[in-house]
Amino acid sequence: MLFRIEPRAETSRFMKHAAPLLSALLAMAAGSLLFLFIGHDPAYAFYVFFIVPVSDLYGIGELCLKTSPILLCAIGLAIGFRANVWNIGAEGQLIAGAICGGGLALQLQAFDGIWVLPAMFVAGALGGMAWAAVAAFLRIRFNANEILVTLMLTYIAGLFLSYLVYGPWRSPTGFNWPESTALHEAARLPRLLAGTHLNLGFPIALVVACAAWLFIRHSYLAYQMEVGGKAIKAARYAGFGRHRMIWMGLLIGGACAGLAGVVEVAGTIGKLREVVSPGYGFAAIIVAYIGRLNPLGIVLASLLMALFYIGGEQAKVTLGVPSAITGIFQGTLLFFLLMSDLLISYKLKWTGFSTASGLSEPHGNG
Amino acid sequence: MLRYLLHSIAALLAAYGLLGAPTGAVAEPLKVGFVYFSPVGETGWTAEHDKGRRVMEEALGDAVSATIVENVAYGPDALRVIRQLAADGHGLVYTTSFGFMDQTLEVAGLYPDATFMHLDGYKSADNMATYSLRYYEPSYLAGMVAGAMTKTGTIGYVSSFPLPAVLQIINGFALGARAMNPDVVVKVIEVNSWYDPGREREASDALFAQGVDIVAHVTDSTAPTLAAQKAGKMVIGFHSDRAQFGPDSQLTAVIPVWGDFYTRVTGSVIDGTWTNAPMWDSMAQGVLAIAPLGPMVPQDVVAQVEARQAEIVAGTFHPFQGPVRDQSGTERIAAGTVIPDADLYSMNWYVEGVEGTLPE
Repeated sequence: MLFRIEPRAETSRFMKHAAPLLSALLAMAAGSLLFLFIGHDPAYAFYVFFIVPVSDLYGIGELCLKTSPILLCAIGLAIGFRANVWNIGAEGQLIAGAICGGGLALQLQAFDGIWVLPAMFVAGALGGMAWAAVAAFLRIRFNANEILVTLMLTYIAGLFLSYLVYGPWRSPTGFNWPESTALHEAARLPRLLAGTHLNLGFPIALVVACAAWLFIRHSYLAYQMEVGGKAIKAARYAGFGRHRMIWMGLLIGGACAGLAGVVEVAGTIGKLREVVSPGYGFAAIIVAYIGRLNPLGIVLASLLMALFYIGGEQAKVTLGVPSAITGIFQGTLLFFLLMSDLLISYKLKWTGFSTASGLSEPHGNG
Repeated sequence: MLRYLLHSIAALLAAYGLLGAPTGAVAEPLKVGFVYFSPVGETGWTAEHDKGRRVMEEALGDAVSATIVENVAYGPDALRVIRQLAADGHGLVYTTSFGFMDQTLEVAGLYPDATFMHLDGYKSADNMATYSLRYYEPSYLAGMVAGAMTKTGTIGYVSSFPLPAVLQIINGFALGARAMNPDVVVKVIEVNSWYDPGREREASDALFAQGVDIVAHVTDSTAPTLAAQKAGKMVIGFHSDRAQFGPDSQLTAVIPVWGDFYTRVTGSVIDGTWTNAPMWDSMAQGVLAIAPLGPMVPQDVVAQVEARQAEIVAGTFHPFQGPVRDQSGTERIAAGTVIPDADLYSMNWYVEGVEGTLPE
């Protein structure tokens, strides 16, 4: 091993603020090389990637639409991550929320009261919580690693949804294709702006982000969770129960992801189908970290992530680049963002050719 | 000098007047969009569509310019991409997956001047039509090859989902196999995915372990071909001719031929003869084929398959012509009749000789 990663004695305040800018510039430089390499003018490519998608009201609506599920998932995950609860299965909790919220809507087709949507959101949140609760229970009862359990539950949720739309919930008029009947009007999120697809999901996500900010800033429970995350011994000494933190971390994450599932199903998709999310729950993990586990940061990070996705598709349409190129560019941007974050608190130290191990021992946290 | 310039301008104007004006201003090329749900790979579903797109561009030349958008997720992303294509002036958009149905319909409503073609769906509009292929025809022929070649009398089928479109293919295959050898049994394993190399491989190996010596599939990866090649068994490919992955194992493959189809449909939009009538094309229109039969297939089998193919193309033979019985022995298609298209669309039963269960 030639380098060791060591914590810095103190982090530079200047770099802490300059790093995101620097990483963006580096990513642009790397992206320029990439686009030059495949024969596109980099300036035009960046214009297509970042400006064109949001150059009109419709585009901004699309950006907010795409942001909503990512933001909801990331907010919930961040609260868990702050308490060192590693829920990486928001995708599965999103699917569970979609099943419960969408399933309820299918049962309520005869009703068109204004209460139908709120009931779906409650069902979706409960569904996501129930899915996360499995991981919490196994963690506390058997000390099963929640990283593995939440991830594996994701696949189970996906297969269960498949079973439902291929079996009992399959639309009788859909020629056996794996889809439920379309949700009725009362179960659909109202659109907010004519000429766009923007729906009520985005304001809901923002409200949840605000609530998370208040919770983190002002609640004793969030403080306990954070202490427990940073210094487990100190938390134990203070009498903060670890079990409660694990429950809260996972349940809040599950509830938020469940809401995201309802937003998707009651929003643009409008029915239950085999796949309800192209991986929002996984993208949310990166978003939570780019946003530094802070709700305001996460709002900005999820807007950025949504722009990456939309810009990527815009580039596919306008520049005719293959999806692999947009994937590489998105990956490059994320790489520099996360790398600069790491290098603010850690440094690379040249150790010559002899040392055997990589990461140094973490310093006593807290 | 001035005189020369004036002459040149006059000449240019004359040339324009003679060449340009009578034909009307040279028509802008028709922009054609293709929306794919997966990346364009080397073989498989999307690769075949893209091959067709290239043939179409070659055939129509300057009259078209095509845009492809690959790896598009279903739902909001599909809606945005399809709308973007229409907004960018694409007069014709092909959406090549069932999952794009509702989004294609929505955009068709927003852009009444553009034409939309959606694959394998069942919703249409004044400016949107559906298209799909009668895969059961080449599948019947592939079944004949397999029925003639199996030594164990048991053929395996790696299936994706119990949809009518899939059951047509498996049933057509089984009828072809049993036409050559009435004792053939077709064992079906569903992998619940259109593309999952891991599970397709496991399913193929499981079938081989159950005494199957030929495996066919309605999935999209090369895994069954590779599994057969490795195990020294035989395989019927699907979607693409995969002989390069199974030189000793591929008997034939069921393949779509999109080039002429896309050329024909795009041409009809250009010359204004397009209609929104659903298209369900067959071998007679040249949109389907079987890959060249492998060297292990004896000549008399090749001759029989070619003869049957000629009858299918001529319309004198239908794979689902009675009598056809289902698994329980109940007659589903009476002797002397041919299955109506409506029954094909809603097919939810296996023919006699298929071992597999279907959801109620």
